[in-house]
Amino acid sequence: MTLAGSIRLALMIALAAILELACRTGLIDRLTMIPPSEMVTALWTILASGSANADIAYTLTNTLAAIVCAVLTGFAAGVIIHALPRLRRVLDPLLTAYYAVPIFAFYPLLVLIFGVTATPIIVIGALFGMVSMLTSTLIGLDRVPPVMDKAATMFGLGPLQALLLIRLPATIPYLITGLKMAVVYSVIAVVAAEFILSPKGLGFRIAFAYNDFDNRTMYGLLLLLITAVTVVVLLLHHIEQRVHERWARQ
Amino acid sequence: MTVHAQLDAVTHVYASVGRAAALQALGPLDLTLSKGEFFSLIGPSGCGKSTLLDILVGLTLPSSGSASFEGAPVAGRPREGIGVVFQEDSSFPWLTVWDNVAFGLRRKGVDKQETAERVNSALSFVGLSSFTKAHPAQLSGGMRQRVCIARTLVLRPRLILLDEPFGALDQQTRLLMGDELLRIWRETGATVMLITHSLDEAAMLSDRVGVMSARPGRFIEIIETRWPRDRSSEIVEHPAFGSLTGHMWALLREESRKSMAPG
Amino acid sequence: MKQRAIDFALLLIGLLALWQIVSLIAGTSAVTAPADTLVYAAGLLRTEDFWRHAAASGYALALASVIAMLGGLALGLLLGLNRLAGDVADPMLLTMFSIPKITLYPIILLIFGLGLSAKVAFGVMHGIFPVAIFALNGVRNIKPIYLRAARSLSLTRASTALTVLLPAALPEIVTGLRMGFAATILGTLIGEMFASTKGLGFLLVRSLDNHEVAQTLSLALFLFVFAGVANAILLALEKRMHRTAAP
Repeated sequence: MTLAGSIRLALMIALAAILELACRTGLIDRLTMIPPSEMVTALWTILASGSANADIAYTLTNTLAAIVCAVLTGFAAGVIIHALPRLRRVLDPLLTAYYAVPIFAFYPLLVLIFGVTATPIIVIGALFGMVSMLTSTLIGLDRVPPVMDKAATMFGLGPLQALLLIRLPATIPYLITGLKMAVVYSVIAVVAAEFILSPKGLGFRIAFAYNDFDNRTMYGLLLLLITAVTVVVLLLHHIEQRVHERWARQ
Repeated sequence: MTVHAQLDAVTHVYASVGRAAALQALGPLDLTLSKGEFFSLIGPSGCGKSTLLDILVGLTLPSSGSASFEGAPVAGRPREGIGVVFQEDSSFPWLTVWDNVAFGLRRKGVDKQETAERVNSALSFVGLSSFTKAHPAQLSGGMRQRVCIARTLVLRPRLILLDEPFGALDQQTRLLMGDELLRIWRETGATVMLITHSLDEAAMLSDRVGVMSARPGRFIEIIETRWPRDRSSEIVEHPAFGSLTGHMWALLREESRKSMAPG
Repeated sequence: MKQRAIDFALLLIGLLALWQIVSLIAGTSAVTAPADTLVYAAGLLRTEDFWRHAAASGYALALASVIAMLGGLALGLLLGLNRLAGDVADPMLLTMFSIPKITLYPIILLIFGLGLSAKVAFGVMHGIFPVAIFALNGVRNIKPIYLRAARSLSLTRASTALTVLLPAALPEIVTGLRMGFAATILGTLIGEMFASTKGLGFLLVRSLDNHEVAQTLSLALFLFVFAGVANAILLALEKRMHRTAAP
């Protein structure tokens, strides 16, 4: 583990210790937060009893579906838009404003259209993640050095071959960054959607526990969610750094 | 001597865009490369050397005039038998050194065994045999250029063009790479055209040196060096070397000043 | 310029057409048509009630933005100045950004109770991380040669920070502020949806519960336009920065 990694671990342990102390001494009252050690035991109980398994599975499926849609459509759209500069210029204000406007206001409308099923959740998860994949694809294709195109021509490659064999591989570092952000945004959107308007899922369970004054369940599940998100994000971040080290041009 | 490649009354003009006027970047100029010769191109910045290369190999169409290779026209499409080492690093970062060099051979469908032989041979030629599994990002700039050189040479081009291939290297390494280039030239029997900024390099390596003017680039003079074929960097000691570079600089000094002037 | 105006008009027409189609497919009881929505919105904007709520939102947004931006800048700049601190913090900031903050919402309520503080806290929670992440990277990516040049000119620490570091990092900082402001809008809005009886977020939830589709869409449209304009202004500033900054 690198020095930075060790420091990070130490900081997290220290934070947990401080919280633990603050909760146990009554500095933070029980109604607000339970000690981290109890969060762990609460989570353990929930997992052991299997009571949240259906919800966890539901959220997991939704998230994966949303990510796959986001990445595939974002990438495809990126490749197509890059090939059509006029279209790109027209769409440009939309793309830069995408994360600036509360797309979330649409979510209840999706429910009105599709009903209270998994579809609106997956759709909004995909919509949220798609644009970061799209913009990363565009930037990556922009940054293919012109000399690569010349080299492709000298090797006798036609436009399609050049795209598949040279231009797209050259964008891989950017695609990984896009993938990372697509995952982040999709997870946020899926869980938030479940929180607001869903009868199932991890987001729903957390909201339900809160409304039920069930702090143990709420914090237990929050711990699960935060741990899962942290692991996935750090893993993707690590992969991204390695790819950039190995492949990115100086 | 047989004519290997030719440029006839070639010009290149950048069309006017908006309020910017049309810009004549190159020509009109003529160039005849004899088979098996080593020709260097030298000239001030912005005189169109790279454009000339692009036209000769078929990456760009000339605005007027024509280019030909081995008797047949080069009409904006690269022809088989020509290899180019570009000024910028064009090594593929997602492939290992070995896969980079093998790229062209695989595209052509050359069988595995022959590919392996030729790739290993090319890599030892440029001195990168111990780096086959490395990725270009892990190598220095000079080593990456050697990957590009190996990748070009492995296809056994009959005409090799190099555009400032040693730009990233220090002077001593450049001299050594110059010797390597001469060795490659002699052993493959290819025609070589080298674009360089270095007067020494041009004077030392070439049979002929084409000195270009400031934009729009045209040939001021094509100097014959009359060096023996089996020469090396030691030629810098030869008495004729100094007068050669002196002559080149006399031609270039005014042109370089012109290219530095505003507008 | 003219080309861009045409392009923008095309985009607008495209979006309106898409809206009309969705309205036709889903039925006007789910999605009102653009024309009807605009008429309703015009009427809405004339009511005093609307502007009362808009002002409440604006106030919360202003507070949250100031805190998020100053806090994010301080965090990012300080962490960025030390190489190790930057390396440690970068993935942590990213992780905190990635956690679905809506789930931390109950904790915020438990700490702040219902009302303005919760709204502002929620907005800050959303906005502070993008600002910090971009500021951190802006400072980290300053080329060491700039610092050497400053030293060779014998600049003082303060002078270096002001005349070399700040301009060098400014383009990324401004990008971060733009992203942060957008996130703060979203955060404050969501905060209002749950923690308040005032504000446009509250109005949005109320019209959703009452199935007042035209009002829902009008509010959404207003928010979109507001956020879009704010973004466009900050984007113009950002482009100016990137143009004048060193490559």
